[in-house]
Amino acid sequence: MTGKEYRTITDVKGPLVFLNKTEPVAFGEIVELRLTDGTLKNGQVLDTSDDQVIVQVFEGTASIDKQTGIKFLGDVFKLPVSTDMIGRILDGAGRPRDGGPAIVADEMADIIGAAINPYSRQSPSSFIQTGISAIDACTSLVRGQKLPIFSASGLPHNDIALQIARQAKLVGSDDDFVVVFCAMGITAEEYNFFVHDLERTGALENACLFVNLADDPAVERLITPRLALTAAEYLAFEHDYHVLVIYTDMTNYCESLRQIGAAREEVPGRRGYPGYMYTDLAMLYERAGLVKGKKGSITQFPILTMPGDDITHPIPDLSGYITEGQIVISRELHQKGIYPPINVLPSLSRLMNAGIGDGKTREDHKSVSDQLYAAYAQGRELRGLVAIVGEDALNERDLQLLKFADIFENQFLRQSRDEDRSIGEGTLDYAWELLSNIDTKYLVRLDQKWIDKYHPTDKKE
Amino acid sequence: MSKENGVIYRISGPVVTAVGISPRMYEVVRVGNEGLMGEVIELHGDQSVIQVYEETSGVRPGEPVVRTGQTLSVQLGPGLLTKIYDGIQRPLPELEKTMGVFIKRGVDADGLDLEKIWSFNATAKAGDSVSSGDILGTVQETKTIEHKVMVPPGVSGKIKSIDSGDFNVTQTVCTLEEGAEIQMMQKWPVRTPRPFTKKHAPEVPLQTGQRILDFLFPLAKGGTAGIPGPFGSGKTVTQQQLAKWSDADIVVYIGCGERGNEMTEVLDEFPHLMDPKTGEALMNRTTMIANTSNMPVAAREASVYTGITIAEYFRDMGYDVALMADSTSRWAEAMREISSRLEEMPGEEGYPAYLSSRLAEFYERAGRVETLAGGDGSVSVIGAVSPPGGDISEPVSQGTLRIVKVFWGLDAGLARQRHFPAINWLNSYSLYPPSLDQWYRDNIKSDFPEIRTEISALLQVEAELQEIVQLVGSDALPVDQQLTLEVARMIREFFLQQNAFHDVDTYSDLKLQYNMAKAILSFQEESKKAIAGGAALEDVVNVPARTDLMRGRFESGYEDKIDEMLEAMNKQIADTMEAN
Ligand SMILES: Nc1ncnc2c1ncn2[C@@H]1O[C@H](COP(=O)(O)OP(=O)(O)OP(=O)(O)O)[C@@H](O)[C@H]1O
Ligand SMILES: [Mg+2]
Repeated sequence: MTGKEYRTITDVKGPLVFLNKTEPVAFGEIVELRLTDGTLKNGQVLDTSDDQVIVQVFEGTASIDKQTGIKFLGDVFKLPVSTDMIGRILDGAGRPRDGGPAIVADEMADIIGAAINPYSRQSPSSFIQTGISAIDACTSLVRGQKLPIFSASGLPHNDIALQIARQAKLVGSDDDFVVVFCAMGITAEEYNFFVHDLERTGALENACLFVNLADDPAVERLITPRLALTAAEYLAFEHDYHVLVIYTDMTNYCESLRQIGAAREEVPGRRGYPGYMYTDLAMLYERAGLVKGKKGSITQFPILTMPGDDITHPIPDLSGYITEGQIVISRELHQKGIYPPINVLPSLSRLMNAGIGDGKTREDHKSVSDQLYAAYAQGRELRGLVAIVGEDALNERDLQLLKFADIFENQFLRQSRDEDRSIGEGTLDYAWELLSNIDTKYLVRLDQKWIDKYHPTDKKE
Repeated sequence: MSKENGVIYRISGPVVTAVGISPRMYEVVRVGNEGLMGEVIELHGDQSVIQVYEETSGVRPGEPVVRTGQTLSVQLGPGLLTKIYDGIQRPLPELEKTMGVFIKRGVDADGLDLEKIWSFNATAKAGDSVSSGDILGTVQETKTIEHKVMVPPGVSGKIKSIDSGDFNVTQTVCTLEEGAEIQMMQKWPVRTPRPFTKKHAPEVPLQTGQRILDFLFPLAKGGTAGIPGPFGSGKTVTQQQLAKWSDADIVVYIGCGERGNEMTEVLDEFPHLMDPKTGEALMNRTTMIANTSNMPVAAREASVYTGITIAEYFRDMGYDVALMADSTSRWAEAMREISSRLEEMPGEEGYPAYLSSRLAEFYERAGRVETLAGGDGSVSVIGAVSPPGGDISEPVSQGTLRIVKVFWGLDAGLARQRHFPAINWLNSYSLYPPSLDQWYRDNIKSDFPEIRTEISALLQVEAELQEIVQLVGSDALPVDQQLTLEVARMIREFFLQQNAFHDVDTYSDLKLQYNMAKAILSFQEESKKAIAGGAALEDVVNVPARTDLMRGRFESGYEDKIDEMLEAMNKQIADTMEAN
């Protein structure tokens, strides 16, 4: 099957090569292209029939001509996986990038990844403490969740992702996370920032990196996250690791997807992105979770930059429709000098309820979180009003809420890049302290029993 | 048929073209060496275009394609309830048994357990003349649901023999004089609506226990509702609330192109949740279809049909069925994807031109009907819609809104304020109240419709006042308008907001809803009097008993205490006059 080399290219268009008169070629089959100067490229079959085969070339079609030889390798894309991948840096196609030896396969794993049977899933419910108050209190993360960071260019999403990677832990357990990091089209500088930080904290030994940089082939980006997730699945479900997958930047991935769609002259969906982008993204994001009878887990942190800071842009929009919440980074908070500039209002963790409360975090967590939200949301809204009518028009309640919005941003949100707050004292107790700036009678989201127990001035001895 | 030598000509994702066979439209075929299941969706010269319900990577041109002679059908009979299926009715637990936790392909599984023995209790007897849809006997399918075994559509005659006893679903339980043998299992093609005698106007509400839905924007049994909303606004939570608490006999829940974990959640939760009507686990009345976002799109396209066919089947037994489809947008996208692979001429936003007629046909399968057996059954359909960017001017939202009678519009702003359910009370609507009002008068309270009108009117007035407040602040308003704002706030925070995750607040029956609404109007009434008598608005609003009344809804037994709490509040309000 792997023998025959065809020189029957008829058309080359964008990243696609069209050829005819082949043996029956499988849908999804992997292809090797040999250029006239001997260079090798790789590709994959996107469409196959008796008359024509369409191949997507990962490294781009530069220098391909009609003399280029094409070999069909008889199989779909597989990644050699092994626990030796931990501590390694691989390129966007899964080859060593760190000068080390090739990965000796323990298994060859299909990178498309089969869907987890919904019946076989286990609901995620273990709270992960990130040490970042905004996240822990208001958008709590649980093991097995997919929680993207919606950011925009120039914002410190990488710092936040790294801080999470560094600090994430299960309270009362010493299971460690293995980090699988997947770079798609980020700059060398950003990449160095990640690697440097992982090295500095010793986390690199516990990480596996798949790296496609800005000057690497764009089409390759379509497989890089699939490789990373294949490795993650292997580590989680064959070797019981708890895996934290960070991938950045999803926006570059989607651009590559759009490029392929355009080259195939497909009818585009919104803003030129393919109509199947939702499904395509779901095939990545849904590879998070826990399954029955397996100890390991996959938690995902995709990072995406919203073009034009627009949350309704198809990339964040379709992501938000698939992931289990989102952490939204705010330019406004960033400009105020607040780190981490997380806007908790549009942020959400859908799995929060399952992961917090008595025996998990603390009994008052839900109440406190609801109250923080409500007070901050109203405070922010009042800022708008004050801008028009001035503070004089506000009643006592509104004045307190207005002031609270500042307190929340400057004290609760703000913390340093290496400040690791515990959920109890560091975050929830602190929240109570700050909420005590508002009269109890206005704290309608707090159950009386928690007020009696936790309110710093109302505390009964 | 068997002499045909079909082979694959082309493969493009889920769409495969075959030559050498001449199947019927919508016939099921077996594709490739692994026999992947597919359905013929277009005939084109000597080519048959097939949508394949499983992953096609690795499949090659030249592999065989075999006809089955069947159209895509579901197996109907005892054993549907408590089950979870994929989009083409393969039971997910069976798939787990044969292929582990990851769904591989090329595996068949029957929708019903063909071995399981059920105790059939004949209710018809030899000599009876029966026809399509008539009930022959019953099977206790789950603790709470009695399955009615019916004469399959198209069959009729005089019963020659019928026996009570233990049978599996393929054994004959009844023979007709003309020779027809009837088993408990029947098959029905999913794309064809099941027959009934006639449609009735809906006049009974589907009670959901969700205050904003039941009280302001009710759905009728047999009605249709659409829930559009941006991501994270509460479509799934609302659908799950309906699946849990609505007073349907049977619930069919379709997870169409959504998250795996959401289905797991239902599976985990429902066996432990008690049906307020029967006191038994909700799972007893539930069937689930889960074709998540990462499962094959063609099977996603089929999933809504599989679901509605099962719903109609239970309707035919005389049950009230509620069907939730989350999300119909993902179904529409599956149509779009297949359509674009067929290189069809696209309509708006790349959707096929037949999108709106498919939507209409689907919702048309809802309704309250007289069944063939002469009973009364209904299918209510509630479809979630996921408009890109939350903007409902797009084709799926618009196509849906043209058909459904209830619009529950979820609002990103409300969700952001954590006002749940985030249903916008200003633009949502229900066209059912005129046909339901008599029912409310007879069954809840004679002035129920009037109270509803007062509550909605207050919310409208608030919206107008808010515009002024935005400009001048609330202190600039006259005191009666300030009171109106307080009353409206009470409606929003105490009545419309309802926490789905709170053990008590998650469900309020209609009677309690009515009492809560009355309490709000009573607060308005008493406050007006007190203010007219010289009390300060601030004092009136802050009487502690009002906080108690409002917080009381989180305590169990609230329905018994609310009258007393209301009295206490009214008294304290009256006292604010004396204090002055
Ligand atoms: N009635 C409710 N009570 C309490 N919380 C709610 C309610 N409705 C929604 N929420 C909150 O909103 C979150 C998002 O709701 P949900 O998952 O239903 O959104 P969705 O509209 O289905 O989003 P998507 O389109 O992404 O699936 C929930 O996780 C929950 O935190
Ligand atoms: Mg949802």
